Amino acid sequence: MPRIRVRLTFPPEQIQQPIVYHLVKDFDLIPNIRRAEVKADYGWMALELEGDEGALERAVAWLKGRGVQVDPIERDVIVP
Amino acid sequence: MEKLNGLRCRECGRRYPATPVHVCEFCFGPLEVDYRYDTLQTIVTRESIAAGPPSMWRYKDLLPVEGDVAVGHHVGFTPLIRAQNLADELGCREVWVKNDSVCHPSWSFKDRVVAVAVTKAKEFGYDTVACASTGNLANSVAAHAAEGRLKSYIFIPADLEQGKVLATLVYNPTLVAVHGTYDEVNRLCSEIADKYRWAFVNVNFRPYYSEGSKSYGFEIIEQLGWRAPEHIIVPCAGGSLITKIWKGIKELKTLGLIAGPVTTKMHAAQAAGCGPIVTMIRNDTDVLVPVRPNTIAKSLAIGNPADGYYAYKAVKESGGYGAHTTDEEIVEGMLLLARTEGIFTETAGGVTLAAAKKLIEAGVIQRTESIVICITGNGLKTPDALYDRLEAHVKIKPSLSAFDRALADLKSHAT
Ligand SMILES: Cc1ncc(COP(=O)(O)O)c(C=O)c1O
Ligand SMILES: [Zn+2]
Repeated sequence: MPRIRVRLTFPPEQIQQPIVYHLVKDFDLIPNIRRAEVKADYGWMALELEGDEGALERAVAWLKGRGVQVDPIERDVIVP
Repeated sequence: MEKLNGLRCRECGRRYPATPVHVCEFCFGPLEVDYRYDTLQTIVTRESIAAGPPSMWRYKDLLPVEGDVAVGHHVGFTPLIRAQNLADELGCREVWVKNDSVCHPSWSFKDRVVAVAVTKAKEFGYDTVACASTGNLANSVAAHAAEGRLKSYIFIPADLEQGKVLATLVYNPTLVAVHGTYDEVNRLCSEIADKYRWAFVNVNFRPYYSEGSKSYGFEIIEQLGWRAPEHIIVPCAGGSLITKIWKGIKELKTLGLIAGPVTTKMHAAQAAGCGPIVTMIRNDTDVLVPVRPNTIAKSLAIGNPADGYYAYKAVKESGGYGAHTTDEEIVEGMLLLARTEGIFTETAGGVTLAAAKKLIEAGVIQRTESIVICITGNGLKTPDALYDRLEAHVKIKPSLSAFDRALADLKSHAT
């Protein structure tokens, strides 16, 4: 099954939301969290998501729609 | 003699053999080259370095290249200039400009990182190199690939102006323009790097690539007579350059090559319109909040820098600070360097000089201390930053009397 490795950055209003739960329940993805840091007003998470391609794309769009920044695990792949 | 232990995760410390991998499989942390300093101690001396070529490769023992240098033999060893005119203008005693605006062959410090990455690519038997870039990195990868007779793929966002890619296209790479938002292009390139067996210089080759920046720091120390300056001001985008200059200085100290104590403070320079690293420093927090870049300093426009945390740590550890600069100040910085030292730098250099000026004026940097300003790119690459700002002072008809009158006019205005 396709897999992507992403880094999610959460804005303050999303910190307390059960984001990972929705990734499993609504998109049928298998998340594998490798590293994360969550503070009172900020948080990020590095994880692998496994699922079918359409679901991965929809999940990324859903995350972005909620204000969660979705970057590749390397972050700055495009360098000036 | 084995000088490398391999790669090591910067977060969890797990070890990996020296292969083209860049993230730790366990924690997704970045990998870094790990050297055997006890071995290096026995082979690297000031004399062995001085006996090397006048290029970054005089420090080859301290770089992750094991075989012969494959490309970029003439990269680095750029001038370190005692900038007395600039010092006078700033009211300082000792100001130096490390001038990578004349780095061979593509006029930015990126040649240092790319020369290492492409040499490593050949060492590992790759026939294709790649990068995603809108500027300096693309120029340098395409140039070094041409020299090394390797295929190259350069990815750019489709909306980039033609003029920006000419200095890349000239080397005959395969240029791939990708339609989509910045985020989409960024993620696609990560997936391409993952899927194809290419040397993506700043992705799967990043651990090797980034080490090339240490040479910028080594040269500063050697050119100062093996002395560490009190301040170094570095422009930051991904945050790798400042991290590696600091690492390089510490390595020279470990190897006993620096005279006296190292009291160097590393200072970060960024544009106000894209300054997440400087924001961390000024707020004194290790949390990096990504931003949407909005600045004329395009070569520093990385909103979510991978090495932001490590850049912050280097600055804190050294006792340095940072400054944000406005677009106006960036242009003034470019003009100031050109006017005082005859050096035409790009916007990134304007950021660095403007940041240095601010730190001096704020008293963070004392006027009596030694200051090195890192100029990392050439102004001829970003002329658009100066359009509408400069024009010919005098326009005349082709007659001597017209010139006489214009000159008299100018002189009366000057007094
Ligand atoms: C001219 C110039 N200076 C400085 C930098 C910053 O380097 P880093 O991304 O390692 O922070 C870059 C590129 O990113 C650059 O092109
Ligand atoms: Zn790790």
